[in-house]
Amino acid sequence: MSCTNKRHILEIDELSVSFLQYENSKSSSQIELPVISRLSVSVHEGEIVAVVGSSGSGKSLLAHAILGLLPYNAKVAGDMYFDGELLTQEKIAALRGNKIAFVPQSTTYLDPLMSVGAQVRGGKEEDKKKKQRRLFKRYGLTEEVDEKYPFECSGGMTRRVLLTSALMGDPELIIADEPTPGMDLKLAKKSMEDFRRFADEGKGVLLITHDIELALEVADRIAVFYAGTTIEEAPVSDFTSEKTLRHPYTKALWRALPQNGFQSLPGVQPYVKDMPKGCPFGPRCSQYGTECEGEIPMQRVGCGTVRCVRCVGEPLAVEEHHHHKGTEHHGPVHHHGAAERHDAPEFEKTMGGSI
Amino acid sequence: MKRNLVFAGKNFIRMVLLLFAVSIVTFALVSASPIDPLQANVGQAALGSMSEAQKEKLRSYWGVDTPAIQRYFNWAKDFIKGDMGTSLAYRQPVTQVIAVKLANSLFLMGLAWIISGLLGFVLGVIAGVFEGKPIDKAIKGYSLLIASTPAFWLALLLLIIFSVWLKLLPIGLSVPIGMEAAGVTFLDRVRHAILPAITLSITGVSNITLHTREKMIDIMESDYVLFARARGESLWSIVRHHGLRNVLLPAITLQFASISEIIGGSVLVEQVFSYPGLGQAAVSAGTGSDVPLLMGITLITAAIVFLGNFIANILYGVVDPRIRKGGRRG
Repeated sequence: MSCTNKRHILEIDELSVSFLQYENSKSSSQIELPVISRLSVSVHEGEIVAVVGSSGSGKSLLAHAILGLLPYNAKVAGDMYFDGELLTQEKIAALRGNKIAFVPQSTTYLDPLMSVGAQVRGGKEEDKKKKQRRLFKRYGLTEEVDEKYPFECSGGMTRRVLLTSALMGDPELIIADEPTPGMDLKLAKKSMEDFRRFADEGKGVLLITHDIELALEVADRIAVFYAGTTIEEAPVSDFTSEKTLRHPYTKALWRALPQNGFQSLPGVQPYVKDMPKGCPFGPRCSQYGTECEGEIPMQRVGCGTVRCVRCVGEPLAVEEHHHHKGTEHHGPVHHHGAAERHDAPEFEKTMGGSI
Repeated sequence: MKRNLVFAGKNFIRMVLLLFAVSIVTFALVSASPIDPLQANVGQAALGSMSEAQKEKLRSYWGVDTPAIQRYFNWAKDFIKGDMGTSLAYRQPVTQVIAVKLANSLFLMGLAWIISGLLGFVLGVIAGVFEGKPIDKAIKGYSLLIASTPAFWLALLLLIIFSVWLKLLPIGLSVPIGMEAAGVTFLDRVRHAILPAITLSITGVSNITLHTREKMIDIMESDYVLFARARGESLWSIVRHHGLRNVLLPAITLQFASISEIIGGSVLVEQVFSYPGLGQAAVSAGTGSDVPLLMGITLITAAIVFLGNFIANILYGVVDPRIRKGGRRG
């Protein structure tokens, strides 16, 4: 197993997003709702990284946070780096639509009163017409689609339109928020192939999805999103067996896959307002103990990271974060971590089948 | 083509029903009014000098003693034939009175309608785009202040400032006093219309501004604006390509719905400026129990308001591709 030592295109380090909200209609005191807490994920060149989480868990906000498009009442903490450079609000504004492209989730992201062709061209007309036409053609969008309005497009057509709009610029990174629902299998595969081709050119894709099977099919690495944070980040090869996975939730996800037994995990993710103390997965975890009640640090186990005190790994050292192009960050760490992981079979045994 | 005919036909039937309902309500209200048309229109002194026989003759001539329902049907029968009757106060056919008054008012109301519409739209868009910023607060504050200011009070204020103190503009009426009709120039008319038109515009602006602002805020928070920002579009480009396009539809509704408010406002404003328009005529018809004139004015204004909404409906089809293309397909 070889861990990546490629250039970081995007690195998100302990990102937290919270919203200030009035407690209720009568009170004037505001409370902070943490929707994303200490989330870490990174995309290297040539990689498709999937952030997998259930619907409505705040995954879309991750995309909005990276693009600097959160509403004014959002509070953001943590660092984000693009190409090794710290992302400031000004820098994001200069990068989006240019180096960072966004494929949004639904048809509501298209202006209902503007033809889709014009929207993909982004107002700037004729010089982009040729490229837009070429991209449309590649996705089977005929010439008459150019002049169609969003209400005239089917769900699948809209997805393709949204996808082409991301490819109009010359992006280094594509952030795709649920890009495939509504597409038929052939088209979904085609768009994934395009993501693959795009990544293979030395670029990166952050795929935000609820569809773990799709993620397993196309992604290089998978970050599992649970209750506003990433609880595990692992290479897709780790998902071939339950043993190579780290977090109890990831294991439960794995077992829930049709080919692995279709066992679903009872319970639901906690709502941000009544988040349990310590590990957010605690209430559903059979391994829950007093040591899970504190702050759970992210640690490195093998080529992935995990947020679980039961997993014995290597703490993420601060020294790892050199943000220089082409620097090998993880060389010494992962060998050690890999060894540690094999030292922990006991944990895996006790976890098996108990969720 | 067939679709358009059906559309027009449906709306025509709607208008007829509306006017019918309005006429009944107006008639019922006037009939319930305690004002004695004889006293109001002949005058206390003249009435006192009249003999009982003369009064009786006048009563039966005006139909004072006929039951209300009977009077309504008499009126409706004539109205359908195109005869709106004779005004008690002006002793002229109602159609003639309305034509003169409407011509005066249209100038006033048209000006106010256009100014308040344009200004309200621009201010609303600016405030909505810069929601929460100082400029938004200023515009919102101004609009709320004006919205809670009575039009007649504002009219008096402007009258004091511009006519009494500064002596820049005439104090009232629509033409100079003591001048022959032939000698009145267009400029004279404009000078007399300025103050009432400004009053109507100022009061009309706030409503349109606040509504446009609200719509603009919704648009700026929409997913498609978020996506436009994600594609790197500048604020100006977003406002131009997505903001104006989407705020135009509600703005059209507002603009045509505001016709009724302008007409309502003109009643008060014309009163303050002694401007001989439709509004003032409506007031004198109401207080004088001049039933034929009041019915005429009410129906004409109701028809104007209805036509405004009808035009707005047609314009939707022109502006909104969902209606335009959806209809063609369906």
